[in-house]
Amino acid sequence: MLAMKDNTAIDENTKILVKNLKKNFGKLEVLKDINTEIKTGEVVVLLGPSGSGKSTFLRCLNRLENITSGDVYIDGVNVADKKADLNAVRQKVGMVFQHFNLFPHMNVLANITLAPVELKKMTKEQAEKKGMELLKRVGLDEKANAYPPQLSGGQKQRVAIARALAMNPDIMLFDEPTSALDPEMVGEVLAVMKELAKEGMTMVVVTHEIGFAREVATRVIFMDGGYIVEEGTPDEVILNPKEPRTIDFLNKVL
Amino acid sequence: MISIIQNYWGMLLLSLVQTMLLTLLSLVFAFIIGLIFGIMNVTKIKPLNFIATVYVDGVRGVPLIVLAYFTYFGIPMFIRNLGFSDFRFTALTAGTIALSMNAGAYMAEIFRAGIQSVDKGQMEAARSLGLGYGKSMQKVVLPQAIRTMIPSIINQFIISLKDTSILSVIGFPELTKAGNIIVAINFDVFGVWAVVAIIYMIVIVTLSRLAKKIERRVNVGNER
Repeated sequence: MLAMKDNTAIDENTKILVKNLKKNFGKLEVLKDINTEIKTGEVVVLLGPSGSGKSTFLRCLNRLENITSGDVYIDGVNVADKKADLNAVRQKVGMVFQHFNLFPHMNVLANITLAPVELKKMTKEQAEKKGMELLKRVGLDEKANAYPPQLSGGQKQRVAIARALAMNPDIMLFDEPTSALDPEMVGEVLAVMKELAKEGMTMVVVTHEIGFAREVATRVIFMDGGYIVEEGTPDEVILNPKEPRTIDFLNKVL
Repeated sequence: MISIIQNYWGMLLLSLVQTMLLTLLSLVFAFIIGLIFGIMNVTKIKPLNFIATVYVDGVRGVPLIVLAYFTYFGIPMFIRNLGFSDFRFTALTAGTIALSMNAGAYMAEIFRAGIQSVDKGQMEAARSLGLGYGKSMQKVVLPQAIRTMIPSIINQFIISLKDTSILSVIGFPELTKAGNIIVAINFDVFGVWAVVAIIYMIVIVTLSRLAKKIERRVNVGNER
């Protein structure tokens, strides 16, 4: 049990605990008051119209966005705290971006081994062995020496997932991982993500893939206007939404 | 004109070597100055932004000739007045300081633009893996930035090479100074300055051609 500053305790199964999270961009309030808890092995899908704050929320979890107020505990460490060791937290929290953000000047294998080698988690040999295993897992071991611009979108995103996994993270964050892909490549990326979910990875996914949410999510959070409007199992939120805003959104996307 | 080259080729060649030496030396320092102030400019730390802006605006706001007089005459005078009675800079030292500071300010802008041309997602991806700011800069952002900066760096090299002529005013024995000396000997104003101009031109055109070649090779690398 980990003690928090207000003396409540965090259950040891709690991976992420968000309390009264607020985020402003200048005068614009993007996140108004977010509270949620994510347990080990959960696959949480964030749904909501664009501008609802879901990507910002995700980016607050590893503090790629500075937090205006509130607390975000990752494995008991409050990343909202200015003194938090963000680099240590981020090593345990993998992130996959909409636009892949592979390093174009390095080949695929070097993309994957950069962080574990630079951060002295592994020797170069260990990292390369692990990198090849990960590439095999995402079906791209024959592309180890290719450069990112030579890959298709779906391949890039699978490499990006392998790169994030190279640090052996406890949590994976996905920020619209299939939104920039051609439709025929969405499936291959979702397949890798499903596999990961099956293995028990704790995942937070921002996506518009309702099918993925229904099939894989253990919980769906619907956000709108900087608030969590509704959350529950996929059956509850997607099939039997209660809130008018959720119903309205689902009518538009389904 | 042929006779000028025949009679003074040794002096012209030596002064050209001095010109290149001063340019190269200054560009190395300017690269370091530019890297430091360029990064200071792109960080989110306000005081560092401020210092970088003051440096860049300050130096760019002073003509190189004034900067040269100031470093060669002004600063040693100031230090002598502090009690170091026979302190002075050699023309090479003063020239290198003045030209490095001048080119450094422009290099800082080249670095700033180069770093800002790299997609923000690159830094975010590196940071999200747990790499620190410095490592992310060094391994991910700068290698990509420098690639886009190469044409501008070579351009700055050419500008600085021409600017060395200004340092003839503090007596640095570079090509323009050699021209002055030869004119004082033979009074062939037309011939001497034509020869000096042509030498500058040949060196700079050669460098530009080389730059184009490097640029093309770098672009091929980008298409990978």
